[in-house]
Order: sequence, then C-alpha cells, then structure tokens
Amino acid sequence: MLRLEKRPSPSQMWNYATPLVAVILTMIAGGILFAVLGKNPFEAIKLIFWDPLFSEQFAAYSRPQLLVKAGPLILIAVGLAIGFRAGIWNIGAEGQYIIGALCAAGTALFFYPADLWIVFPLMIIAGAAGGWAWAMIPAILKTRFNTNEILVSLLLVYVAEKLLAAAATGFMRNPEGQGFPGSRNIFNYGAASNQELIANSGMHWGVVAAFISVIFTYVLLHRHILGFHIQLAGQAPRAAKFAGVAPARLVLMCLGISGLTAGLAGMFEVAGPARLITIDFNSGYGFTAIIVAFLGRLHPVGIVLAGLLLALTYIGGELAQFMLNLPAAAIQVFQGMLLFFLLALDVLSNYRVRLTNRSKETV
Amino acid sequence: MDFGSINPVVLIASLMVAATPILLAAIGELVVEKAGVLNLGVEGMMIVGAVAGFAIAVTTQNPYLGMIGAIVAGALVSLLFAILTQVLMANQVASGLALTLFGLGLSALVGQSYVGIVPPRTPKIDMGFLSELPVVGRIVFSHDILVYISLLIIAATWYWLNKTRGGRVLRAVGENHDSAHALGYKVKRVRILAIMFGGACAGLGGAYLSLVRVPQWTEGMTAGAGWIALALVVFASWRPWRVLAGAYLFGGIMVLQLNLQAAGFRIPVEYLSMSPYLITIVVLVIMSSSRGRTSMSAPGSLGRSFHAAG
Repeated sequence: MLRLEKRPSPSQMWNYATPLVAVILTMIAGGILFAVLGKNPFEAIKLIFWDPLFSEQFAAYSRPQLLVKAGPLILIAVGLAIGFRAGIWNIGAEGQYIIGALCAAGTALFFYPADLWIVFPLMIIAGAAGGWAWAMIPAILKTRFNTNEILVSLLLVYVAEKLLAAAATGFMRNPEGQGFPGSRNIFNYGAASNQELIANSGMHWGVVAAFISVIFTYVLLHRHILGFHIQLAGQAPRAAKFAGVAPARLVLMCLGISGLTAGLAGMFEVAGPARLITIDFNSGYGFTAIIVAFLGRLHPVGIVLAGLLLALTYIGGELAQFMLNLPAAAIQVFQGMLLFFLLALDVLSNYRVRLTNRSKETV
Repeated sequence: MDFGSINPVVLIASLMVAATPILLAAIGELVVEKAGVLNLGVEGMMIVGAVAGFAIAVTTQNPYLGMIGAIVAGALVSLLFAILTQVLMANQVASGLALTLFGLGLSALVGQSYVGIVPPRTPKIDMGFLSELPVVGRIVFSHDILVYISLLIIAATWYWLNKTRGGRVLRAVGENHDSAHALGYKVKRVRILAIMFGGACAGLGGAYLSLVRVPQWTEGMTAGAGWIALALVVFASWRPWRVLAGAYLFGGIMVLQLNLQAAGFRIPVEYLSMSPYLITIVVLVIMSSSRGRTSMSAPGSLGRSFHAAG
C-alpha cells in the first residue's frame, strides 16, 4: 500500500515540475480523447501545439493571435491570482469582463462620432471602473453580511450575460444596423479603436496592460508588505489576524483588483479584437483565466507562460476545428483535464509518497 | 399585459416541475456538505447527467433508462472530484470548479449530435379519479413519477440523517473529522460515498431538466441551476425540509417570471430572466447576515480536507 506523508514544507522541485507534468499528461489523455473521436491523435496534438507557431501555412495568421488571446487571459489571471493567494475566491471574472466591456463601449458610443483623443483613456477608466464595481458587489456583501463571495460572484456572471444580451439587442444596438443585434463597430471608430501597435505582432494596448499588470503584481506580491499579508491570510488566517491584517480590507482589495483587471480586459477586447458588443461577445476568458492562474502557480511569471500556453490551445483548437473537424468543445474538455491533472499532481509537492510495509522512499 | 392569463393552479403545478431539478441537486449537495465536503461541481455534474440521460433516453427510447444512466454518469464524474479531494488532498474549491469546467466541456462534446432531437416523453402518472379532482388533482395528483420520487428522497434523507446510525456517523464526520476518526469511523470512505450520492442526485436533476422540464438538449442548458442549488443549501441552513421549501420558492419565481414574459409584461425579457439569480443573491445575503444562526448550522469541518496523521 502507498501511504502519504505530509511534507514539512512544500517541495520546491515539484512545485515547478507539476505544471509541466500536467501538460504532458493532458496531451496524452487528450490524444486518447481525440483517438476516441476518430481523429489521428498525433496530427491533432501537432495541429494544436506546433502548427500555430511553426507551420508555414498557418503561422503567419496564427502567431499574432497568440498575443491577442494571451493578453486578456494573463490580465485577468494575475488579478485572480492575488485573491486566490489570500483564499478569496473571485470566480466571476467572466461577469466583470462583460461589465467592463459594456462600460467602455457605452463611453465610446456616448462620444461617437467625435474625434477626441480623450475618448480612449476615458474608455480605459470606464472599463476598469465597471469591472471593479461589479466585483465590489460580492466584496461588500462578503464584508458587510458575510455572504459567500464564490456564489455571489458566480451568480453575477449570469446577470451580466443577461445585461449583455439586453445591451446588444436593446439599449446599445446600432441605430444604423438594420435591426440586427450588436452595437456600432467600436474598432472602426478612430478615437476609440484599440489598434495593433506593431503590425502583425498581435500586440495591442491590452497586451501592454497585461505586462504592466504582471510587473505590478510581482512587486506587490514579492516586494511589498501587502503581498506578505495576502500570503499570510491565505496560509494562516489566525496568524494574519494577530499580525494586524484586516480581513475586510483584504477582501475589498483582492476582489477590487481582480475585478479591475477583468474589466480592463473586457475594455481592450471590445475596442480591439471583438470590435463591437454582440450577444456572444464573452468567450469564456474569465473562466479559462482561472485555469491560467492555477497552471501558473499563482505566480506572475508562471501566469505569463500559462497564459501563452492556453492561448495556444485556443488557436490550435480553432485550427483543429477547421482542419480536422474536431468539435469546439473538445478544447474545453482539454482545458478542464489540464486543471484536473494539475490539482491531482499537487499532492506530490505537499506530500511524500511512501510504501507502508517498508518505509522505503519512492519519491 | 394580461395578468388574467396566469392561472394560479397551473402556476403551482408547473412550479413543482420547475423546482425538481434544483431540488434534487440541492438535496444531494446537502448530504455532501453534511459530510464536511464542499463540492462546487454541482453545475458540472448536473449537465453531465442532463446529456447522459438525454443520450440514453433517445437511444433506448425509454426515459427511465435515461434517468438511471444519468444517475450513474453523475456519480461517476463526482468520483473524479472524490479522488482529487479525498485521495489526493486537492483543494476542494479548485477541484469543484475544475469539475464544473470539465463537465460543461464534456457535455457539449457528447451532446453535439443530439441537438434538435425530441426525447421520448416521460408519462404523467395516471391516478384515475384523483387526477380529475378540481385544483387538488392538477396540483398534487398529475405529475410524472420524478416529482414524487424527489419528495421521497427529501423525506428519506431527513430520516436517514437524523434517525439512523449511518446518518449520525456522516454528520459526525462533517462536524469534526478528527474526532470521528478517533472514534474509528472511516472519514474518507464516508465522504467518498457522500460525494457519489451528491453526484447521483445532481445527475438525476440534470436529466429531469433535459428530459422533462425543457425537454431537449442545448449546450450549457443548466444555465446556473447547479449554482442556485448550492445557494439553496445555504438558504436551507443544511436542513432537508427547508431545501424543499426553498426549491419550491425558487421554482415559483422561475415560473412566475416565465409567465410574465409570456403575458407580455412591459419589462424586456432579459431583465425578467435575471430575476432568479438576483433573488438567489438577495436570499443568500439575508440568510448569511443573521450571522449566528447560519454559522452555527454549517457543518464544522466544511471544506477542510482530512489527512490522518500517523
């Protein structure tokens, strides 16, 4: 029989190794899944992980897409990671992302068609404020009434989706759109447009914001007393109280930051790659960002790598859909499996596996 | 707008149907939480049950086989969560989320060839003259068998948790796993079984959604029902009969909201369909603000993982 023995402190080696092992295991399990679906597993895996970057046929289109998809994922995930470290679970980033986009789009449509330089900065502020405010709902309910922030933040995603539908078909509908749902094209409105900064790189202001937030988060978590308090609150809530950490302030701050980054991501998306508000504007970035945060070990640098990897699965998934007729949902399953394997392997960093009859070390 | 078109008898009868999926999922989750485990994967287990039940029912042309299949499928996916949290000691919040994300993806994958198909009808139980009684007949005696089974599950769960030895062991494990372990109870075994019961109930609830309530398969059709079920357990302060009351209350809100839509109420559809989620939040706030009571009734070891030292 195998027996688990708790390590005095988590193994650093496994801490770094588990994401890699999890990715490899997911590729194997994913390959089996593709084989079951009647596709050649090697071809599918190559199409998802290799061709978007290196094949001559697709790379020209796919490579810039990497930053386009990774930008929002990283931006949302670093915000989430701060809260997750403190044991504050904002799982409603999808909703905050939608509200951020709606607020930004509303600002743009308010000024339309004035050609003022101030429009874009105002949209950034509106997007961030929208996401922040939407996240403040669970935060204030948590601090005032002790309401579970997990459930409230998640339920608000559905509310945000309904608001999005109302906006796309009602109060934000393009008056010149012949009755079709969807707002005016914000990308084509010069003053509000989130253009590519370097041609064919995929680099837009959202990607810049993502990297700034990564640096900011790194400093906050590793060089600032607040980061220490967040860590402490997550690992030893009682000790944190004795150290003078105010739990309520921490909740407001963590949910606030993650809402803000999610709102920003929504703003850059609607003014850039998505171009306008539509009913299905949100594409699950808020949920995938949860996987990104965990895969990146809640560490800013790890999140950058994880964000790029998951962006790759999005692009590769689309490619596989197009080339192999692989269903879109297969990629969702793939991402879910990745999180499963990651959580399962965490046992290796926190515990030592031993044989019971002889105390022989196996790890 | 025409309020006259809303018939209270039909309203009550249909709220029982509307409430049954979340009722089933919530009573399963109640047992899981009573054992000290927080499984946030209810939404994922429900939708896996919904698609499994639908697929099997369509293939065999028998709704009951579909429901049995959904029970098995729900229990199987919940076993993934059980292995992660009980054997591999993974974080329960993260594992539950993983289960939901995985379940949503898996169901979409399996279900894509079933979109647009009509499932076999689940017959209503014919109780002869009872079903023909005015008012009472329509409300009490003219449902499909699942409505009655769900009520039976509530009663049985209440009885089992409070009146039997097994139920007391489960509650002991949930209240204080260290003491339960010291008394010689198998903490992990109890929890794994509880998780599987929760999965089975959620799966059945999902199948009821796709086979009776809607009835068809669409991607992501649970639309937050699993999360409402989770909120319902808090609302019920972990008591089976209050789960019933809460589920019927929510069922009523959902049906009323749909009726208002149909009656051409002047609020746009999108705002009316927000109401179940908003009301869930309001109820959660009310329940959790009465600080003392809720925190007293929550199982002591809820959400904490157990590892026997030595």
